[in-house]
Amino acid sequence: MAFGPGSERDGGARPGVSSPNVDSPNVDSAGVSYLGGGVQTAVKLLVTGHFAVGKTTFVGTLSEIEPLRTEEPMTEASVAVDDLTGVPDKATTTVAMDFGRLTLSQSLVLYLFGAPGQQRFTPLWRDMTLGALGALVLADTRRLEHSFPVMDLLEEHGLPYAVAVNRFDGAPEFAEAELREALDLLPSTPLVSCDARDRESATRALISLVQYLLNRPEAAEPA
Amino acid sequence: MGGDRGLVRPYVVTNGRFEPTRNTFDLVTLVTAVPDRPVRTLSPEQRRMVDLCTHGALSLAEVAAHLGLPLSVAKVLLGDLVDSGHLLTRAPIPAAQLPTSQLLQEVLDGLRARL
Repeated sequence: MAFGPGSERDGGARPGVSSPNVDSPNVDSAGVSYLGGGVQTAVKLLVTGHFAVGKTTFVGTLSEIEPLRTEEPMTEASVAVDDLTGVPDKATTTVAMDFGRLTLSQSLVLYLFGAPGQQRFTPLWRDMTLGALGALVLADTRRLEHSFPVMDLLEEHGLPYAVAVNRFDGAPEFAEAELREALDLLPSTPLVSCDARDRESATRALISLVQYLLNRPEAAEPA
Repeated sequence: MGGDRGLVRPYVVTNGRFEPTRNTFDLVTLVTAVPDRPVRTLSPEQRRMVDLCTHGALSLAEVAAHLGLPLSVAKVLLGDLVDSGHLLTRAPIPAAQLPTSQLLQEVLDGLRARL
């Protein structure tokens, strides 16, 4: 269920995209891009936020491979106890995640998983959060309140996060203090502004997140 | 229901099992094939997975996506193929551990080098 090699994402062709100056990926005839031979460690970060906030765009901007998608059919067998009989549409839904890859050095690769927050109770969400270094929450100034559920969810999972306001054309701009108050952020939670379509801007947003993860007291404890 | 196609297939592919033989696979567990293992006895789906991983390392998430399999199914197949000696996995950082500052520093350096 990969996107085809020629599939178009918004702002797909941009100079400088996907040029890791390490082991150039080994691509086979079917378009599969393999990891460099020296890669020893794989880490993952979540890119999350509400519907249509730019998660897939963000992942696509940074990924060195055409973003991939996996889907998981779900049987909603336990929606509610009193629904056990005669449910007309014993609904099956499909949950999906998009992800991309950045080779950071000869030995280290970073995966970015675009995680929709409404999938909170699914095994896929568990798979994405388990072992993740942290999360970047994308927010949209036109509907800041939509970011609350996903931030609550990350806090429940104990996953540290930074917030990046994705700049949309025509969206209102606010001073940082106003945004912090509107999003009810802790003083220590990083808040940055980014353009999910721009490689450098998106990279800087991730850097803010990882810098924050590194400076947290927990990061210094021996693993 | 039109959406049933994707539901039937997983049961067939995994012989009706829901859980992998081991429960240690992460989305970013790295997978490679062990060279020159006989594949005659494998199911078509298992063989596709081995074929895919013969040419280099991929994460479990990439394996699932390239094969068009739900992650849960890919995990079951991967468990079988590790048990049978066809595939090797390398765990990412263990899930229960906090990342070390050294690892985070490497991530940070790698990201900064891209600017």
